[in-house]
Amino acid sequence: MRLVTGNDLATGDVVWWTGRDWSRHIADASDAGERAEAIAREEEAARRVNVPYVIEASETPDGPRPAHIKDRIRALGPTVRPDLTLKPADALAGDWVI
Amino acid sequence: MYKYDEYDQSIVDARVEEFRDQCQRRLSGELSEDQFKPLRLMNGLYLQLHAYMLRVAVPYGTLNARQMRMLAHVARKYDRGYGHFTTRQNIQYNWIKLEDAADILAELATVEMHAIQTSGNCIRNISSDQFAGAAADEVTDPRPFAELLRQWSTFHPEFTYLPRKFKIAVIAADEDRAAMRLHDIGLQLLERDGVLGAKVFVGGGMGRTPMIAPEIKDFIPADQLMSYLEACLRVYNRYGRRDNIYKARIKILIHELGADKYRAEVEEEFEQVRQLGIDPPAAELARISAMFAAPAFAASDGAVADRSDPGFAVWLDQNVRAHKQPGHAIVTISLKPIGGIPGDASAEQIDVMADLAERYSFDELRVTHAQNIVLPHVRVADLKAVWEALSEAGLADANLDLISDIIACPGLDYCALANARSIPLAQKIGQRFADLDRQRDLGELKLKISGCINACGHHHAGHIGILGVDRKGTENYQLLLGGSGAEDVSLGKITGPGFDEDGVVDAIERVTDTYVRIRETGERFVDTYRRVGMQPFKEAIYG
Repeated sequence: MRLVTGNDLATGDVVWWTGRDWSRHIADASDAGERAEAIAREEEAARRVNVPYVIEASETPDGPRPAHIKDRIRALGPTVRPDLTLKPADALAGDWVI
Repeated sequence: MYKYDEYDQSIVDARVEEFRDQCQRRLSGELSEDQFKPLRLMNGLYLQLHAYMLRVAVPYGTLNARQMRMLAHVARKYDRGYGHFTTRQNIQYNWIKLEDAADILAELATVEMHAIQTSGNCIRNISSDQFAGAAADEVTDPRPFAELLRQWSTFHPEFTYLPRKFKIAVIAADEDRAAMRLHDIGLQLLERDGVLGAKVFVGGGMGRTPMIAPEIKDFIPADQLMSYLEACLRVYNRYGRRDNIYKARIKILIHELGADKYRAEVEEEFEQVRQLGIDPPAAELARISAMFAAPAFAASDGAVADRSDPGFAVWLDQNVRAHKQPGHAIVTISLKPIGGIPGDASAEQIDVMADLAERYSFDELRVTHAQNIVLPHVRVADLKAVWEALSEAGLADANLDLISDIIACPGLDYCALANARSIPLAQKIGQRFADLDRQRDLGELKLKISGCINACGHHHAGHIGILGVDRKGTENYQLLLGGSGAEDVSLGKITGPGFDEDGVVDAIERVTDTYVRIRETGERFVDTYRRVGMQPFKEAIYG
């Protein structure tokens, strides 16, 4: 699957294209397919997110999993500060990144 | 410490308001990211993996308790309760919101701080010896010169759009505690025939093409220094490559021209520049120097630290250095707890360090390029109280210059440029060598980790260096041996094929075991490496 991601303009938060809007949670991301680049261009022009770009990801039972570790870290948060990730209660959440 | 005059304050305040307007225009959609990016970078605001990152300048690494408390306040109010002290003697905040950025800069301006020259192709924050003004081996305090350079370089219209970023370090001792020769310009202040001046090194740096700066000028009198540096920059500005970012640093220019040709160009330019009268009058240097006058040290009371507490005694031996003033000492606070994040400090810890500076160190702190904090002027009689307070705050690790005193860049956990994570590796190495007796037996061993070729973690200059790379989508780590950023400056060499995270920790242990086996009396790790070369270590690592 192909996802569109970027950083929210005002907060800088990592965001994922849901098909209609942006979410901080990769679980909400939808497959943008062949429209991915066009969505990135449109959203950048609309100036809602910073530098949106397209990534490859795989579908898993737990939701989309980016192909590259950098985007997995973006999706979760810093592996060295579990308390600052999107899953602060899950001490093993970092395993998903590796 | 330097105090802003009206001019300093007005230009910083004006910059804040200018940036506030730029942020509002970006938030309203009036500016695109392409238009806004160079503006935000000129104010230290980056966009990293998880959020905006703000890099705040700590000029030549010196700050007072009030400024330190402001850093804690920013961490608490605008970030997530901590800050990250960097190898450029600055501090970074990792979770900044664009809508808060101008307010943060406005608050910083109230304590004479800013984020100017922490990004962009300009002369960056001047770095210096963290023991300046306290070290017995300095010929003069380098900070008045660093401050002059700050004033000269701030918003210098000719040097705001250089081919690439430009870093200057100033030291005034033979012992190099600032990695001086790994800067674009390194200045060593010295006296010759009763005249104060500087030896000038140009063209050093790390990054993808590490180079040790060659000596370009054996001695330039202090009253001509500014003109000489102006000439150095002008030649670079004229001939430096702007067509290729990877070849744009001055080190590449000097490498391609040759040091002799570059020197000749500078001398020719210098003859022109010195006619312009840009060197400040002696009275101006005297005015600035007066602000760095030594504190009112009390006469030595002959106090000797009580070493009966073994923990305190180890800390004294490891983290406390002699001061030029009898009865005083220089304390380095390690920000490298075992399993911690190198350079990180919580808002509470930053406040503790500010309190200690105010109470015990004449209101002064320093940030070191090794990501630690210094209390430069502590009375020997107060060392125990300082240690106890640090212990309570989790800041009393006695590991300065040992293998767990690791320099590490933020790496892939935070940085948009990184290829691999640095911090988890630093944590694993720290845990492997957690035993302090073992660390002390290994002695001085500077281990430095970068998560990419840009070398923010100074891996080229580590006695042991580690470079994280991306190998087909997985993290891989190259090991280097034999580097040094000190007066015995050298660049590390790669041992061979890289490792995964656990593999590189094992490899380091094989290296240190080999060192222990073959070292001669008094040899540091890097001394042994230089004596025997790579081969014994390579055999131990790869079999």
